[in-house]
Amino acid sequence: MMYNKLIFEISQPGRVGYSLPKRQFTKYDIKDLGNHLRQTDALLPEVSELDCVRHFTNISKKNFGVENGFYPLGSCTMKYNPKINEELVKTMSFAKLHPYQPISTVQGALRAYYELQNALSEISGLEEFSLNPFAGAHGELVGLMVMKEYHMARGDFKRTKVIVPDSAHGTNPASITVCGMEAVEIVSNDQGMVDIEALKAVLNDEIAGMMLTNPNTLGIFEKDIVEITKLVHEAGGLMYYDGANLNALLGKVRPGDMGFDIMHINLHKTFSTPHGGGGPGSGPVGVKDFLIDYLPNPRVKKLEDYYYVANVGDAIGQISGYFGNFLVALRAYSYILNLGKENLMQVGPLATLNANYVRQALKNDYYLPIEGYCMHEVVFDGLKDNPHEIRTLDVAKRLLDYGMHAPTIYFPLLFHQSIMIEPTETESLQTINDFIDVMKKIAKEAKEDPDTLRNAPLSTPITRTDEVFAAKEMIFSYKDYLEYINSKG
Amino acid sequence: MSKVLKDLLYSKSHEWVKKLNEEEVLIGISDYAAKQLGSIVFVDLPEAGDTVEAESEFGAVESVKAASDLISPVTGEVIEINEELVGEPELVNEDPYSAWLIKVKLDNPEELEELLSADDYEEIL
Repeated sequence: MMYNKLIFEISQPGRVGYSLPKRQFTKYDIKDLGNHLRQTDALLPEVSELDCVRHFTNISKKNFGVENGFYPLGSCTMKYNPKINEELVKTMSFAKLHPYQPISTVQGALRAYYELQNALSEISGLEEFSLNPFAGAHGELVGLMVMKEYHMARGDFKRTKVIVPDSAHGTNPASITVCGMEAVEIVSNDQGMVDIEALKAVLNDEIAGMMLTNPNTLGIFEKDIVEITKLVHEAGGLMYYDGANLNALLGKVRPGDMGFDIMHINLHKTFSTPHGGGGPGSGPVGVKDFLIDYLPNPRVKKLEDYYYVANVGDAIGQISGYFGNFLVALRAYSYILNLGKENLMQVGPLATLNANYVRQALKNDYYLPIEGYCMHEVVFDGLKDNPHEIRTLDVAKRLLDYGMHAPTIYFPLLFHQSIMIEPTETESLQTINDFIDVMKKIAKEAKEDPDTLRNAPLSTPITRTDEVFAAKEMIFSYKDYLEYINSKG
Repeated sequence: MSKVLKDLLYSKSHEWVKKLNEEEVLIGISDYAAKQLGSIVFVDLPEAGDTVEAESEFGAVESVKAASDLISPVTGEVIEINEELVGEPELVNEDPYSAWLIKVKLDNPEELEELLSADDYEEIL
């Protein structure tokens, strides 16, 4: 039987798993807290060490990650996370550092930070990076703050609008809003790319810049990119590159060469650091030389052979405690060094080959809304021959029964039944063939056995979830759950 | 197949408009829109007294799939909102043509001539 308990459900009043040391500070009395003393006991589980270990071991078996099976989650680049990265960050020289240690004792760590900045510069074609932002969306915000600061510093206060295509990741308009600017959305043309005329129509002296993902969220390379960046620059705006899809270009095309001025890189996607389940990510921001002064503090600099930490006056300020998720950045540096220049240049082409292989193999079973080659991911718009109106959701749920993670669904929003598949370069031909076989089998089931698909998944610990209920009844904790149960009598 | 009611007017962004009299209309979303969104879990509406502007956003509907802006087909003042939808957004899925969203007093009734007839709307689906 599948273990299916919450730790609160195995809790027994008074049971302890750990004895706290005897109190050393006798002159403090908890009653001294007065009004600050909490009125009710905290609702905490009480279990023995053994119960606790068993609980977490059992629930860990329900986990699914890239180490369990194929994980083609579009736009997320779930590539394998090499173990050598983990070995490196575990070493005492990195794992036990304190940010306030004397600079002379952390030269190695500063050197790794500095060299990774340079490696990212070389890979992206942008002059300088800050590794401080904690994740992709944080990087977007920091990059936009740099854009805003650039216009403000020139005394150009009118530029408060940022252009995004309608295919953009939802984080783009969100970051623009959080940065106190206004998003201006433009429609895509029938090939899913930026419509040049629509772009021209919104360009004026209120435009601070444009955010673009290339290849875009449809997995298509914006082939007019040079013209796009030229138009935005002529109108006085800056170009922001959303690095979410950088994996497709790795080693082949550089955002800096395409005319971008600012970008963020998701190290946890393109550079193989673990992610999923909320982190930890890392979202370095890179800029062209005329924007370097605005990058956030603190900065790592080098004088002859000595590395030191500097704060720059024109910087947008500090956006993280110290140096961001340093150990995540270190894993990315390990990945870069392990692959080396030659192999890094194979990443984009192989990721693109794998996605196109899937595209070609499945195009008779799933509807391809856009013709032509894709880049590192392929978007289908639901099943092609679909007499029982099986939805993309049903297909995705059924994949779980075959031991594979579902792709991204219902994104991009341009299509109604989107399913977005990103195999990455780290999967073997056999694994990808297995996936293709399963997808074809599901397409067949959709015709012959639609009810199985409508009820899938059937073999997972939790079967089909009630998404409407989940969205309407916000139950986030055991306490919420108890309140809900009690309210229902 | 999506239902299109003959006696209503429609916008390209899939809202319907029902004329109550010379200057008041009800606005809702079409059956096609409701079906594409899937199960609706939240409806965000303006307040009575707010103004809406043609082709501008006046609220949002959230389904299990996505959140989508509601685009007003007309310009005018919101005189009433459908309070029932706050507690029961699923009414929109059940019958999108009776689950109206807002009642608007038109600034310019001639604006209605710009909207699509049922036949024209069916063409674009």
